[in-house]
Amino acid sequence: MSIVTTLYVVLFYAATVILVGGLVMRIKKYAQTPAPLKIPTMPAPLTETGVAMRMFREVAFFESLFKSNKWIWIFGYLFHFGMLLVLLRHLRYFTEPVWFWVEWIQPFGKYAAFAMLAGLLGLWARRFLVARVRYITTPSDHLMLALLVGIVLSGLGMKYIAHTDIISLKAFALGLLHFSPQPLPEDAFLLVHLALVATLMIVFPISKLLHAPGVFFSPTRNQVDNAREKRHIAPWAQQLEAGER
Amino acid sequence: MADFDVPEIKEYIEVPEPRVGVTAHIAPFKSQEKFQEPLGFPGELVDNWQEKAIEKMGDLLGKYRSLQVFLDICVHCGACTDKCHYFLGTEDANNMPVARQELLRKVYRRYFTFAGKYFPKLVGAIDLTEDVLDQWYSYFHQCSQCRRCSVFCPYGIDTAEISMAAREIMDSVGVGQKYCNEIIGKVFVIGNNLGLPEPALADTLEGLEEEVEEDTGVKVRYPLDEKGADILLVTPSADFFAEPHVDGLIGYGKVFHEAGVSWTLSSKASEAANFGMFIGSYENMRRIALRIREAALELGVKRIVFGECGHAWRVAYSFLNTLAGPFDFLDPNYPVPQHICEFTYNLIQEGKLKFDKSENDHMRLTFHDSCNVARASRMGNFEGGQFVIPREVIKACCNHYFDMEEDTTEEATFCCGGGGGLLTDDIMEIRVKGALPRMQALKHVVEENGVTHMAAICAICKSQFSKVMPYYGFTMDQIVSVHQLVSNAIILSDAPAEQEAAEG
Repeated sequence: MSIVTTLYVVLFYAATVILVGGLVMRIKKYAQTPAPLKIPTMPAPLTETGVAMRMFREVAFFESLFKSNKWIWIFGYLFHFGMLLVLLRHLRYFTEPVWFWVEWIQPFGKYAAFAMLAGLLGLWARRFLVARVRYITTPSDHLMLALLVGIVLSGLGMKYIAHTDIISLKAFALGLLHFSPQPLPEDAFLLVHLALVATLMIVFPISKLLHAPGVFFSPTRNQVDNAREKRHIAPWAQQLEAGER
Repeated sequence: MADFDVPEIKEYIEVPEPRVGVTAHIAPFKSQEKFQEPLGFPGELVDNWQEKAIEKMGDLLGKYRSLQVFLDICVHCGACTDKCHYFLGTEDANNMPVARQELLRKVYRRYFTFAGKYFPKLVGAIDLTEDVLDQWYSYFHQCSQCRRCSVFCPYGIDTAEISMAAREIMDSVGVGQKYCNEIIGKVFVIGNNLGLPEPALADTLEGLEEEVEEDTGVKVRYPLDEKGADILLVTPSADFFAEPHVDGLIGYGKVFHEAGVSWTLSSKASEAANFGMFIGSYENMRRIALRIREAALELGVKRIVFGECGHAWRVAYSFLNTLAGPFDFLDPNYPVPQHICEFTYNLIQEGKLKFDKSENDHMRLTFHDSCNVARASRMGNFEGGQFVIPREVIKACCNHYFDMEEDTTEEATFCCGGGGGLLTDDIMEIRVKGALPRMQALKHVVEENGVTHMAAICAICKSQFSKVMPYYGFTMDQIVSVHQLVSNAIILSDAPAEQEAAEG
């Protein structure tokens, strides 16, 4: 195996361990930290089912963002749902035989990359053009966008400029999954693409990308409005009470 | 009239370009040892305050999921940047909700995250210095914890949670706010925010009884500490004498009278507001809430009803069961606690109250949704009841009612500008500027619909508006209590005939 292949194999295993391990730790922390008070943003659903619906509308349609700002909503939606399709499309590199619905979405996935790019560029433009957003932007916000744009462009580069050997690439991906490393085609676009993806995986659990798992733990969105009917008390608050008796 | 420029009301709400530091100078008076100690806080800035503050932050991160999650997941999208009334009124960049949160988040990153520890510049992480502490003190006292930003955040990040945590961290190192902490002390010692002792309350209530009897010919009672009454009414202490609050209290009494229920106020729980929430202190909030439980037990009541008060209703509706429950000793047929508007609304639905709406014909009304009622609580047994019920009560007793613009009411309502522990004269500038969006919406209905009065169900809103409305060319008596309208129009069934004739 070439040095490049070895490097990428190690990189992807390391990135996967960091991504999964980091996320598990973070999610565990969110799940285990108590929410001592009922703080849903009202009006809030009165039932668990209602809360599930509210959360679904939030992650599937970005409901609050839609109420808030149509530009951010459009760009954010283009980006996120473009990315979702693109990711699903990539499943063809990891499945053999390829699942029928993954086949089915292939043509859409192609355009989704452009939607993703348009969304990212729109969001990035806001960071320069809107003074309010410019004020709150940190260097890492720009880097994150650069990273994602880099991933999209290098991906598009393989589609439209210099094709890579897809058969070998798939062998490489399946090799990773089955712990029997196969040689990686050494094309510039592919190497850049994969390196950036691995970087994204590594920074995921230590960056604002935590908004993805975090939104499900947001007490203002995931609580039922039933404070009067059901007593809600955190373990540490119970201890506080016990200490007084 | 003011030593600052009062913002001009424009036709529409204009989102300003952010300016840096224009309200950095606004900060409320700091607390002193005598106000800090009864609450369990150090009297002055402790020696190793940085260390202590970071320790406290760590403690809170472990206790509040909201804080931990909210500090982690903001993506700086900017959705909240034009939603805060203080930003719209002051143009100060740090009054954009995300920027306000960042004041705390930058320090969180520095001490609690990998990226902030090793790449502080990259992610915007900073050490906790004296300058940062000063900024915290200014800007976390320019947030009224109204939750408007939380409605519009795609992850529901609530700056109120961040402000509360920041205030608690500051209190824990000896940097408290005089207004809130002095008041909490008064509640512990005397029983209410205004420091009205039992004899003064008894006197005031007796005066009210005489006044109402003179007015209506009916002996409507305003009882205090009456054991065995069915209902304990807990109301903000401003209701005992401030205008227009007291007219609301008169109204509650008339409604109880017509309902034929026995009720009482308590000198021990003579305050609905719970300023423990403003300073983010669970312990103090709980201690204040427990007075209500104790009063209910001592008086042997069956139900608890709250008067018109916004943040109080949040603590009552959302937190009381947690802080001072379970209330299994009360009548299980009624929610604990109940809002006076729910009580009145139910009677109206049952056809038990009669009104002469023309008594309010000298007014054309609109309704200000108080922020903490709108976005932090509910009324009734259906989603959004907190919007419907007060409006239905108003419409039952008034002929002329008009809503303000949709993006300034209900869940999108603007805070009055004085909530969250900001209702103190030493920060008049922020109070006046923060009222701008509401004043703008009010002006709109004044011009479009000839509205003359705005009704509210919050003691802070009422006090704040009577103070700041004159800055915008309105008069202080243009703010009224909802139960003041009820009081004006309600027909007391045992009123002597000649009285009604004389009035009619």
